[in-house]
Amino acid sequence: MTTTATRPADSRRRPFRTNRPVNWRRTIAWVLLAVAIAVSVLPFYWVLRTALSTNGSLAANSASLLPADFNLGAFKRVFGLQTAAEAIAEGGSGASINFWQYLWNSLLFSSITTAGAVFFSSMAAYAFARLRWKGRDGVFSLFLGTMLVPPIFTALPNFLLVKNLGLLNSMLGMVLPYLFMTPFAIFFMRQFFLNMSREVEEAAMLDGAKHWRIFFQIVMPNAAAPIATLALLTFMGQWNEYFWPLLVGTTEETRVLTVGLGVFKSQAPQGAPDWSGLMAATLVSATPVLILFAIFGKKIVNSIGFNGTK
Amino acid sequence: MTTLTKQPGPGLSARGPQKSRKRGKPGADFRGTGDLRIALFFIAPAMLGFVLFYLVPTIRGIYLSFTEYSILGDPEWIGTRNYERIAKDPLFWNALGVTTQYVIINIALQTALALGIALLMHRVAKSTLIRGALLMPYLMANVIAALLWFWMLDYQIGIVNQLIEWLGLPRVAFFGSEQWAIPTQALINTWRHMGYTALLIFAGLQAIPNSVYEAASIDGSKAVSTFWRITLPLLRPVLVLVLVVTVIGSFQVFDTVAVTTAGGPVNATRVLQFYIYQRAFNEQDFGYGSALAVILFLILALVAFIQMKFLRGNQSDLD
Repeated sequence: MTTTATRPADSRRRPFRTNRPVNWRRTIAWVLLAVAIAVSVLPFYWVLRTALSTNGSLAANSASLLPADFNLGAFKRVFGLQTAAEAIAEGGSGASINFWQYLWNSLLFSSITTAGAVFFSSMAAYAFARLRWKGRDGVFSLFLGTMLVPPIFTALPNFLLVKNLGLLNSMLGMVLPYLFMTPFAIFFMRQFFLNMSREVEEAAMLDGAKHWRIFFQIVMPNAAAPIATLALLTFMGQWNEYFWPLLVGTTEETRVLTVGLGVFKSQAPQGAPDWSGLMAATLVSATPVLILFAIFGKKIVNSIGFNGTK
Repeated sequence: MTTLTKQPGPGLSARGPQKSRKRGKPGADFRGTGDLRIALFFIAPAMLGFVLFYLVPTIRGIYLSFTEYSILGDPEWIGTRNYERIAKDPLFWNALGVTTQYVIINIALQTALALGIALLMHRVAKSTLIRGALLMPYLMANVIAALLWFWMLDYQIGIVNQLIEWLGLPRVAFFGSEQWAIPTQALINTWRHMGYTALLIFAGLQAIPNSVYEAASIDGSKAVSTFWRITLPLLRPVLVLVLVVTVIGSFQVFDTVAVTTAGGPVNATRVLQFYIYQRAFNEQDFGYGSALAVILFLILALVAFIQMKFLRGNQSDLD
């Protein structure tokens, strides 16, 4: 008796839950969304599973969901911890490869360029957003215009410049073009400065504080959140950069991860590639970004959708 | 540009009264001369980077396109001969065709999938976790995405071909056949960008006020016609932005090709940027490479201009 009494009330309260057609639609929507998520995420598991497998067993167990013949040899090979003979025995090429070095180079390259670009771009953005000077808007449009120039176009002359300066295959030569600014960073910070309240700055200005003091002591600390977002985005972008480092950093000492991965792939013995080694190397290259994403995921996700039209 | 030329007139006339004000009010004297000097200090490093690595290279790139230059020695002026050679270069036309094919597959696939995902998210789930999961491929380097799929799509023991075989279909030589090579490259790029683009569109969806949908449902509009007549038109600015970014980005495809097929099989994936790279760095023909780069630049500028002009991407219908 009680159940029949409560049911009508329940359905009146949540009419959509008990309404069959809507439920059916929602189920399909969920399934489709789940498929999209699976397609996005599952390949990462497959990389891990392959990296933990042994090359010899991969072919026989090409569809097993667990690692085929679990083994850490692939990671040892990638970090140069195996002798050439051991590596060849496990299906590697035996050529020397050292991802510790590449990791370090990627870290240096990405950190230096991020620090420089974010800092100098913030300074410029402050001048574009807060200071009044002749030609400001013209210069700003000129800076923004560089966003439209495809990187390959400037890469050729920049390569010649770096070569003439004798900086090929040096960390300095690799970081120079990114060190002083990126158009996006200036655009991003200017947008934030424009929306920032002027009150504190104006109070400080009345107290006779100079612009550089206001910038370093008031504006920058207040902009900590967007600076962190910008630094994250810039760092990940630099970490993934391939073309410029490929041109300028070709020696073992200057090779970054992306370039190292390409080299590692091309060394693989033809016919039977070193799949587990290659996937271990891929995973090693992806790990720092995955760690950043695990820590700052929310910040990164919320930064998507930032554009000038907002 | 107009503001630049207009400025001297009012600027000069304004200087007089400002100076007198400066004498009267010593507390505000840094305003009198404008902020030019301090602005120069703030902008100097960025300006250095801009001039050295953007402005001068742009001009130099255009200059080099009119020269014969093999890195050793000096560039030799040859007028428009590079461009004449390009017009008759079958490899260039092949590169243009192949790249265009790649761009078209990308736009169609990526926009459709991303729009679908965004609508699904809008309907059933918008949690940060789900958005994060969808964004993961985009955070990976192109090189990583390329190698990951190079393995998964392997002809012999790749998991995708296993699945295809289970379905009773013949295996596909994704990277090895001329017919499949470009669609495969586009698939890799679509995988990497699909979630990111979906989030962009999703942000646009959320900007559409609920009142619009409510009004539509009161008027008896069905879900499908609401989508075509209301949602899609209101999404136009976001969709145009996505389109412009996708097209410009896709035209510059390089990383995935360089790591996997390196232009092959035969010329199937010798896309524009890869061809430029080969001419300039493998064959040391910097003049010819620069001319090719100028053409790529012009194509991109034209595409961006057309898209912004005819699709009115910078105007919203929401106001």
